[in-house]
Amino acid sequence: MKICCLVKEVPDAAVQKRIDPNTKRLDRSGEKNLNPFDTHALEAAMQIREGGKVDVDEIVAVTMGPESAVRALHKAVALGADRSIHLTDASLAGSDVCATGYALARVLESEQPDLVLLGQQSDDGECYTIGAVVADHLKMPSLTQVIQIDVEDGALVCERQAEYGYDTVEVTLPAVISVGDAINEPRYPSLKAIMGAKKKPLDTKSTADVGIEASQVGEEGSKTQVLEIARPPQKEAGEVFEDEDTNETVEKIVAWLDERKLL
Amino acid sequence: MAGILVYALHDDEGNFNKNSLGAISEAAKLAGELGTEAAAVVVGDVSDDAAAGLGAYGAAKVHRCSSAPEGLAQPIVDVMAKVIADNGFSYALFGGGLLGFEIGAGLTARLNGGVTMEVTAVKVADGKLVAERPVLQDSAIVDVGYVGEPGIIIGRLNAFDANETGGTAEVEDVEVELSEWSTQAKMRTRGEQRGADVNIEDADILVGGGRGLGEKDNFKLAEELAEVLGGAVAATRAVVDAGWYPYAAQIGQTGKTVAPKLYLAAGISGAIQHKVGMQSSENILAINKDPNAPIFEFADLGVVGDLHKIMPKLTDAIRAKRGG
Repeated sequence: MKICCLVKEVPDAAVQKRIDPNTKRLDRSGEKNLNPFDTHALEAAMQIREGGKVDVDEIVAVTMGPESAVRALHKAVALGADRSIHLTDASLAGSDVCATGYALARVLESEQPDLVLLGQQSDDGECYTIGAVVADHLKMPSLTQVIQIDVEDGALVCERQAEYGYDTVEVTLPAVISVGDAINEPRYPSLKAIMGAKKKPLDTKSTADVGIEASQVGEEGSKTQVLEIARPPQKEAGEVFEDEDTNETVEKIVAWLDERKLL
Repeated sequence: MAGILVYALHDDEGNFNKNSLGAISEAAKLAGELGTEAAAVVVGDVSDDAAAGLGAYGAAKVHRCSSAPEGLAQPIVDVMAKVIADNGFSYALFGGGLLGFEIGAGLTARLNGGVTMEVTAVKVADGKLVAERPVLQDSAIVDVGYVGEPGIIIGRLNAFDANETGGTAEVEDVEVELSEWSTQAKMRTRGEQRGADVNIEDADILVGGGRGLGEKDNFKLAEELAEVLGGAVAATRAVVDAGWYPYAAQIGQTGKTVAPKLYLAAGISGAIQHKVGMQSSENILAINKDPNAPIFEFADLGVVGDLHKIMPKLTDAIRAKRGG
């Protein structure tokens, strides 16, 4: 069985994020990191491999992004992927969900995976959707926000929380599954794995390499357009203070509650 | 017709989801401005009366596919793609919820249409719909327009209010052949409740516990504080999924929406998925050790500190005050 993990480089959580007013795109400069949700997808792949119910021949990390996205692939390999693929092309810049999903599906098609895993959302915005877009292009069954995966007779039994409680769903392979952060605790990569990550095979592919039609990606292929960016009406900021002396802190909280007649 | 098509989700008893009803009302309002009509799609076991009843929220017509199962996205993508192709809808609109995200995303791929998610408002400009979407932890709002059709709009939880105005919808049964891959996921059990059945929606005071509590046993800190405050305990999805607290106490995207007089968030970061379920609370008090936690951006009072130190003392202080 071959598992492909879709990963993404996102601005580090500690970095102040902004939208470039000229391009109306997220300013992706500054410190970056592997999307935390994707580490759960990689861990899920490792656990399927180690679970022994199915032979996993290969775990392949796949990303789309500029040159810097290679770092996310190195991290993914340090976390357990055997090799990685970097789809990069100037024509991909500005792709929306529709175009990104299409491009990723083309790369995956060239790999023919039995299972595609990804994080359910990315720290920088597009949530819950990429998995389902990719799945429809690949004509595979798909489930998002999965918090447990069991392998049973070559199929997956997945659990997730939906509108009315927990659903248990049986999914035939090949399939696309996006996972939530409750699915596992990602392991820390060993120093050896981190050091060795750059030596693992990394394929760089252009859009032409995987048969992506230029008219379907980038700004031209995107079906949405950001028309305007505004600041939301600001709620009056509350008071935030640091707990230095806990007795004083508690007094302050009690006074605040009392003032609002909440006691 | 260049109308707006809405997916109406229902539970196994046939009760429609509040967010779906809100999406129908929103679609009807927007369709009025566009000079067109709103319609709904239902799948699974929906009676004639229940389907026609969606007219009360503004659906002129309801397309019903009884042979497609409810609860999983891909069969519904097949159904909506056919209804859109046969009737030429210009937009598909979804209320907040997990299935709406999945179906909307599937439709995007199938019909090569644009999609916007977490939408909080929709407006009409030059005869077209424009979706408003907060981004970057709600620090900016972008207006998103659509190139070509259909445009797919996935609402944020509670973004659209259901508005019952009366009337009945015309019900049309549709037969759709499901795609091969759409039937490769099968529901084994749906809507399983985990943990005790607790009521948090009627409480005036809620103490919400998140991952910051550290471990399951520490929920007793929240329970003791809730008890002296005369309130109940709520939880984030992360801790419910981890099995620390019952599903019935969960607030947010796939849980409950609450608006108590006081919401005391203990060890809760305040991610959007949680925020949408509690932001209407009258007073929000947050205790979190991470000064960068988003919750501090919308809390009325925020304490940066160790909740394990603060909560027991706070409980004692309130108990003493109330006792004295």
